[in-house]
Amino acid sequence: MEFHLKTPLKKEDITQLQAGDIVYITGTVFTARDEAHARILELTEKGDPLPFDLDGAVIYHCGPLMKKTNGGWEVVAAGPTTSGRMSKMTPLLLEEHNVCAIIGKGGMQDVVESLKGRCVYLAYTGGCAALAARSIKSVSCVHWLDLGMPEAVWSLDVVEFGPLIVGIDPKGGDLFSNVRKHAKRVFSGI
Amino acid sequence: MTVNITREKVVEATIDILRKAETELPDDVVEALNRAEIDESDPVAKAQIQGILENVRIAKENAVPMCQDTGILIFYVEIGRSLRLDFDLKDAITEGVRRATEAIPLRPNAVEPLTRKNSGDNTGSGLPDIKYELVEGDGLTITVAPKGAGSENMSTLTMLNPTEVGSIKNFILETVLNAGGMPCPPIIVGVGIGGSFDKAARLAKSALLSRLDEMNQFEREILDEINSLGIGPMGLGGSTTALAVHVRTAHCHTASLPVAVNIQCWANRHASITFGGDE
Ligand code: SF4
Repeated sequence: MEFHLKTPLKKEDITQLQAGDIVYITGTVFTARDEAHARILELTEKGDPLPFDLDGAVIYHCGPLMKKTNGGWEVVAAGPTTSGRMSKMTPLLLEEHNVCAIIGKGGMQDVVESLKGRCVYLAYTGGCAALAARSIKSVSCVHWLDLGMPEAVWSLDVVEFGPLIVGIDPKGGDLFSNVRKHAKRVFSGI
Repeated sequence: MTVNITREKVVEATIDILRKAETELPDDVVEALNRAEIDESDPVAKAQIQGILENVRIAKENAVPMCQDTGILIFYVEIGRSLRLDFDLKDAITEGVRRATEAIPLRPNAVEPLTRKNSGDNTGSGLPDIKYELVEGDGLTITVAPKGAGSENMSTLTMLNPTEVGSIKNFILETVLNAGGMPCPPIIVGVGIGGSFDKAARLAKSALLSRLDEMNQFEREILDEINSLGIGPMGLGGSTTALAVHVRTAHCHTASLPVAVNIQCWANRHASITFGGDE
């Protein structure tokens, strides 16, 4: 099935999704990778507010390549980064913030339980940065640029961002783990 | 005939090959992707390859990097042994990297390993990584191969026992299995066997520069077994996990058997320029 969703996402938007479905997103997505995750968790633990609103938000595991223009920033290339690196920090993030979708590549480990009922993992074709840049219409703002261009949190306005494949659905379906299990079986037979 | 190579020429050539490498995928890789797109029967897998091909087309057309991870920059330099240069070659290539970072642009990826402070221009201690080789003649060839972290992080090295030659294939397959969808498959697998701890890694990395369609029987066998795992493009399943396997060997100590596996994503970027030789 194919779905076209708008941010901020609502629970019913995502609970209908199943591993293997195709999704396109319109609205705002926030890039966040290793350092941004660490800082979100650090501030949350201290009880300090975040400079952006994660309620119903979409997090994009991406360290974009940006170009400074007169008025602000322009996206040059912005494909997904390896989500596996954020696996450990994600359960805590989801406990404290109502993030409804995570976009990345390669899947995540041990997050199925934390995603259940509240969040979906969407896979975007890794490395397809020029393609992704086409559906990113503008950069509305950047936070934490002190972390460096790839690690900062960029708020991106996207239109029909996709095709995204539902990799892990909110009911516990995990396409990646099915593929991994199959691969392991083949491997032990070789 | 002596070749007149100036510092400025090298700086500009560095920017040129970087731009080419980052924005245009080599023909043999595009061909392999095209073939895979036809052969792949899994619809999700097919769509991933189509996405990659479309992305490659847009990048070339708009002269923008095909991937936001423009990599750390690895150079292979072949210097003719009768060539004389009156400037510092490393310094010229480094200057080219600095300028290319702004001009193309490239994502600043170089950080100090402990403080994680970003240098902002893709240079730093040991970066760009330049490997030199002396060759016959008076020419100069510079090749750049930007390497993204997604695939580099999945690479492995082991020191096997000399009697474990039979386990080499297993080690390669296990590396690919553990990498799963993380290194942006379809991947290219560079394997270095023998040499020493670091020589094996260097062999594996330089194997990635080989043309994809030139594989021997051993390499084809490993490729077929990798593809039988069904990991598929982006780890979403399918029969295209790898496009090629390249193995390079070197003599090693009788008591050791180093094996290195360098994983390369589909964005198998590289470009070269040659000064002199035929001029
Ligand atoms: S692994 Fe390769 S294609 Fe994937 S994001 Fe990194 S550089 Fe790009």
